[in-house]
Amino acid sequence: MSTRFFGAPVKRNEDRKLLTGQALFIDDVELPDMLHVAFLRSQVAHARLKQIDVSRARQRPGVVAVYVAEDYGDYWQPGPLLVQPPPIPGSTFNPRTQVPLARDKVRYVGEPLAVVVAESRYLAEDALDDIDVELETLPAVVDIEQALTSSSVPVHDDLGSNVAAHVHQVKGDYRKAAANAQIILKRRFRYEHGISSPIETRGVVAHWNARGQQMTIWDTTQAPVFIRNGLAAMLGLGERQVRVIAPFVGGGFGPKIMMFYPEEVGLPWISMRLNRPVKWIEDRLEHFVATTHERGQIHDAEIALAADGRILGVKDVFLHDTGAYNTYGLTVPINSQCTLLGPYVIPAYDSTFTAVFTNLPIVTPYRGAGRQHGVFVIERLLDLAARELGIDRAEIRRRNLIPPDAFPYNNQIIFQDFAPLSYDSGNYEPVLAKALDAIGYQRFLKEEQPKFREEGRCVGIGVACYVEGTGIGPYEGAKVQVQANGKVNVATGIGTQGQGHFTSFAQIVADQLGVDPSDVDIVTGDTDQFYWGAGTFASRGAVVAGNAVSEASAAVRRKALKLAADAFECAEEDLVLADGKVSIAGIPGKFIRLGELAQRANPMRGAVRPGTEPGLESTQYFGPPSGATANGVHAAIVEIDPLTLELKVLKYVVVHDCGTVINPMILEGQIHGGVAQGIGNAFFEKLAFDDQGQLLNASLADYLLPTALDVPRMELDHTVTPSPLNPLGIKGAGEAGAIPVGAVFAQAIEDALQLTSRKVELLEIPLSPSRLFELTRQEDA
Amino acid sequence: MQPDHHEIELTVNGTRYRRTVESRLLLSDFLRHELGLAGTHVGCEHGVCGACTILLDGDPVRSCLMLAVQANGHALATVEGLAPASGELHPVQQAMHAHHGLQCGYCTPGILMTMTAYLNEHPSPSEDEVREALSGNLCRCTGYQNIVDAMMDAAARMREEAP
Repeated sequence: MSTRFFGAPVKRNEDRKLLTGQALFIDDVELPDMLHVAFLRSQVAHARLKQIDVSRARQRPGVVAVYVAEDYGDYWQPGPLLVQPPPIPGSTFNPRTQVPLARDKVRYVGEPLAVVVAESRYLAEDALDDIDVELETLPAVVDIEQALTSSSVPVHDDLGSNVAAHVHQVKGDYRKAAANAQIILKRRFRYEHGISSPIETRGVVAHWNARGQQMTIWDTTQAPVFIRNGLAAMLGLGERQVRVIAPFVGGGFGPKIMMFYPEEVGLPWISMRLNRPVKWIEDRLEHFVATTHERGQIHDAEIALAADGRILGVKDVFLHDTGAYNTYGLTVPINSQCTLLGPYVIPAYDSTFTAVFTNLPIVTPYRGAGRQHGVFVIERLLDLAARELGIDRAEIRRRNLIPPDAFPYNNQIIFQDFAPLSYDSGNYEPVLAKALDAIGYQRFLKEEQPKFREEGRCVGIGVACYVEGTGIGPYEGAKVQVQANGKVNVATGIGTQGQGHFTSFAQIVADQLGVDPSDVDIVTGDTDQFYWGAGTFASRGAVVAGNAVSEASAAVRRKALKLAADAFECAEEDLVLADGKVSIAGIPGKFIRLGELAQRANPMRGAVRPGTEPGLESTQYFGPPSGATANGVHAAIVEIDPLTLELKVLKYVVVHDCGTVINPMILEGQIHGGVAQGIGNAFFEKLAFDDQGQLLNASLADYLLPTALDVPRMELDHTVTPSPLNPLGIKGAGEAGAIPVGAVFAQAIEDALQLTSRKVELLEIPLSPSRLFELTRQEDA
Repeated sequence: MQPDHHEIELTVNGTRYRRTVESRLLLSDFLRHELGLAGTHVGCEHGVCGACTILLDGDPVRSCLMLAVQANGHALATVEGLAPASGELHPVQQAMHAHHGLQCGYCTPGILMTMTAYLNEHPSPSEDEVREALSGNLCRCTGYQNIVDAMMDAAARMREEAP
């Protein structure tokens, strides 16, 4: 097998369709007789629902139906818990999952109350104004600390408190570690994370074919197989009667894997009821409250260190805002808890979190999925420790890195995939060294920064390390099939939202089968094309599905060689598979094209030998025992205008190790995009709620996403430490760019403004210019 | 109130269309759902994200901020008309492919239309000028770096092609 394509920056197969406006996105699905749906959403965060009167709406011309919770009958059920809590002894977990339409109570602004079905979206939205809602408003639970006081009202009445979960994980003996420490530093950290805000919002199209007894659902989901299985069960249909298609999806970043959104539950039921296709496309204002968020945590963390800067232990107690429902289990806070340990040797760790219900939209993973919260805490603690102990910031990190001979490195606590948090492989110091070299760390501190300061310019540097648990199980599969025209078709169960799967998977196949990547067609996210799978999340697509594709194409390769050996009556070792054909080594004129072999694999006549499967195809599955741990270092030099506190990034460096690389061009794109989202997170993106739970900046004019003027040019470099957990040696990379950005910037801004000498510490994210103004003004006053 | 309707006539990508539309119909919805030109994408419907950008008599406009009736008598261009009939891609499309300037591709049509108009008028922009021109189009996937590189390359390709 050659590796002509694996590892090469192959240009993307999917681009042409996207560049010419021919790719099918959800709102491009047009069906005859289609109806359009709009949802009436709660305008208040917390209230008892006294009455909804939809009679006027039902009379409006063009309106076909209006439904409230009662109309759903037995179909109305709270959604399933998606992720069970990991088996951590002593944990409390109170699952409360979202409902298809609010019935007795509304729990966040944006929760759907009623659904209007009309001949056009315009008419459906008109009719929302005809619905009369009577609510008894309750105090809104917004602040996660106040939510836990006895005076707070409960979001879920039957629980009696707002504790969604309580988890304590321990490694070593922190108390002993603290007793031996030279210093102990304790701080409170606040980290806000925003909304993923893909440029395409969510949407669902459902088409019930009564004659064929078939349901087809187009859905912007990251997990089409689970959507099919879940909706089939809810609708009382067999799984074979339901086809879910995730077409081209315009960005996901996590929230499109949440299931089952009220719209996903409602549309198929409505289509069956009315026997017509129905479409719902989320508008941007809806997206701000109807699609899941990732939001705040408050950490009270302390670190115990020896005089030489070695970490002896960390203790952390944190609160996690889970919103009104906790359907996604503990994934986000567990990620925070685990990722705090980073690339460092931390012999003792005592971490407790409480997940808190609030009257705010639901929290589920968004790129990084809680990891950045943990990284921010440990990285800031190390900055404080470096200062206290008089050790250089980069040096204190280097001294604490896990050494290369310590892998696999078991951190003993339990990760989100239920497996012990064990790092499979890594070589961390060269990554840090490369990053320091690329940013010019020593030169900056010794030569450049003093000059800047003489000129009165505020320029600072930041360096942060991180690890990322990626590529978790359970499994993915792939079917690789050579067609009679010689093209190779690959189907897999994951969805795709821009990650380049149409190309990276094609590269894997191309090398195995001796074809060009452009001759490999990939189908993702169509449950009729591939039946099984989990989905695209946790930086796992390339790792898990990629290895399944590799194994399936290797099996097809073996089949092709065997068929050709039979045809030529020669040994398989004498055959060469290249350029879409199998030829005899040394006799290039003697060959059979792959397409012809595919036809021979399905003969019209003749006996088929026992044990032979027809078709030049194979379906294989891959499931890793646990996640592969990637790592990296980001470094930045930033300048702050001391008057406006506006920030300019002068240099940004990422050095990253995600194991074996399939396509460096696509990988770099993933890192670029992650950093851009990290920058948004670090500076602009704060979901601003008032004390009534109203989102005050629910538009792209108010909630600012980074533009081309805000995201700097990035310099990227890689090291490669293959993962031993999968044959290709891959680790995931989708989230890495976003994870350490907040920590880098807090450090760099502190340095730029010399805040230490002004006794200001930046212990929170985001750090917008206005927030920096407040923080520095407090000190000035 | 019975909504009012108007007859409009316009050209899109050189094809003439005559349709009767409701006065409140957005131009973006008209293009996508009445004419079937779904390559123009809708991201925010309040004029911020730029995904729905088309050309109106050669100038970039946000089709979500216009009504279809306002396009009466005008010549429009959308992403579907960007590539020449030969099947080749427009230099801006070629450069986006060559530099991996798109990931999910949802914002791409708006960026292609905005930047095609910009590069037609500014054949030799600096990188800072490209970033400024691009700053009205939001992309959530790429971090813009590869788009900027693509546009610098596209400018060079367009200069080469120009007579």
